[in-house]
Amino acid sequence: MIAVEHLTKKYGDLTAVRDLSFKVEKGKIWGLLGPNAAGKTTTMRILTGYLPATDGTATVGDFDVFAQGNEVKKILGYLPEVLPLYPDMTVTEYLKFIAALKKIPAAKSRESVTKAIKITGLDSVKGRLIKNISRGYKQRVGIAQALVHDPQVIILDEPTIGLDPAQIIEIRSLIKSLRDSHTVILSTHILAEVTQTCDGVVIINEGRLMASGSLEELTASVRHKDGAVVKVRRNTAEAAAAIARITGVDTVQRQDAEIKVEWTTGQDPRDEIARLCIDRNFGLLELRPTAMSLEDIYLKIVSGGADQ
Amino acid sequence: MKNLWIIAKKELRTYFTSPIAYVVMTVFLVLVGFFFYSLMYWFNAQSMQMAQNQYYASQININQMLFSPLFHNISIILLLMLPLLTMRLFAEEKKIGTEELLYTSPISVGEIIIGKFIASLLVLAAMLALTGLLAVFTFLYGNPELAPVLMGYLGLFLLGAAFIAIGLFFSSLTDNQIVAAVLTFGSLLLFWIISWASNAATGFWKDALNYVSIFQHFDNLTQGILDTTDIVYYLSFALFGLFLTHTVIQSRRWR
Repeated sequence: MIAVEHLTKKYGDLTAVRDLSFKVEKGKIWGLLGPNAAGKTTTMRILTGYLPATDGTATVGDFDVFAQGNEVKKILGYLPEVLPLYPDMTVTEYLKFIAALKKIPAAKSRESVTKAIKITGLDSVKGRLIKNISRGYKQRVGIAQALVHDPQVIILDEPTIGLDPAQIIEIRSLIKSLRDSHTVILSTHILAEVTQTCDGVVIINEGRLMASGSLEELTASVRHKDGAVVKVRRNTAEAAAAIARITGVDTVQRQDAEIKVEWTTGQDPRDEIARLCIDRNFGLLELRPTAMSLEDIYLKIVSGGADQ
Repeated sequence: MKNLWIIAKKELRTYFTSPIAYVVMTVFLVLVGFFFYSLMYWFNAQSMQMAQNQYYASQININQMLFSPLFHNISIILLLMLPLLTMRLFAEEKKIGTEELLYTSPISVGEIIIGKFIASLLVLAAMLALTGLLAVFTFLYGNPELAPVLMGYLGLFLLGAAFIAIGLFFSSLTDNQIVAAVLTFGSLLLFWIISWASNAATGFWKDALNYVSIFQHFDNLTQGILDTTDIVYYLSFALFGLFLTHTVIQSRRWR
């Protein structure tokens, strides 16, 4: 549904996106993950036709973003990073304007607007001026705006930024409900957002592709080790040494009060660890799986780019 | 065509749901009303005096003595007011981030510009139409000629259209409304005073400066002379402004 090939974008001397290629299948939710200034917004702006690319191609649906921009814009819903809201319009007025802008015939406009309001849960504020509603509702108006013309492709730039935890959960489940009927790309710098809502992910940093694929593929490709964090009440150093001697355990690292244990997938030594702690009376406080290999990759990428 | 109206309607709604249109129109009408009153007062006194003398009495002309200076005054008020009407058109979209929405919608940049242009033209038309009330009174109690008055209004409308196009251009350059207004105001003022410099110039430069000056072309119209040069001047002025706006917006996105 979406294909990006060798995409490059330069702003003067600064290269924001470098030779980026990825594909998103129809009906899937794909995450564009990367730290701030990784090139996520630039990539999305290119896909939506807001910015032209310096080099490379991008297609959305059957249309080339550069050559057939207008066709792409018709099948695309876009939530920019900065919410594109007119503060002096009511929610309904605003969505009606968007519906007209997206070429929905006047006869169907009311129906589409009502539907978008219902999906995004805006019924209670639909008659209020946008400037008077809360940040969470504004975010929903932004999403409603991207949905109102029932586009095949929806691009959401940081859809949960600035929301409280309860709102984040609501927006995420809203996004999940778009699966199958729409193809969605969302950008985020939070890994959890990807693992909870997306089918696949494109990880970028400094404009370069670091990894891409479905979540299963990616985890499978990097995960040959599992791990756990062990916390004990007493004698952490001694416990670490004892755990290291258990068969199957590959590495043991001690960080302050936490012991990080890693083993090759399939040789789960957690039973042994628990038994050991009880037998030796270390006072087992916590035994929690880590094994988020995706997170390891991501953290490496983020910390590598953090000094910029 | 439909796209133009979508944008124009949105702009008109913003003008009339916020205080902008009401404030601009009210202040405009108060000033025009004042000028009309004082010109009328002066005209009355003057015609009283002139009526004493046979020769001068035949020279009394309400079109020349009332409407012509009134239209000039209105043109200066427009120069002051229209930049305030146009300053937000693009600057605000840029500031609040809605330009990204507009430019990712299946609607062309040209349509957006012309839609906004139309909305401002309609506000201008409403402003001028309301001053028509003063003309109606003059026709009820006096006997001016109609053609020069209509011509004067045509001139004001064309002049206003040119002002608006320049305002759109400066609004597209910045995300700050004040900057847009000041630049518009300053450049319009420059086009006005450029004709003063023509007094000192001679030959080609005199003609050139006179041709460029925005108000020189207005004189003919207020005197009821319909010259295509003047119409062409204002239309090309407006088109040039719209063209520049289009270029600015396109180039920003291609940078």
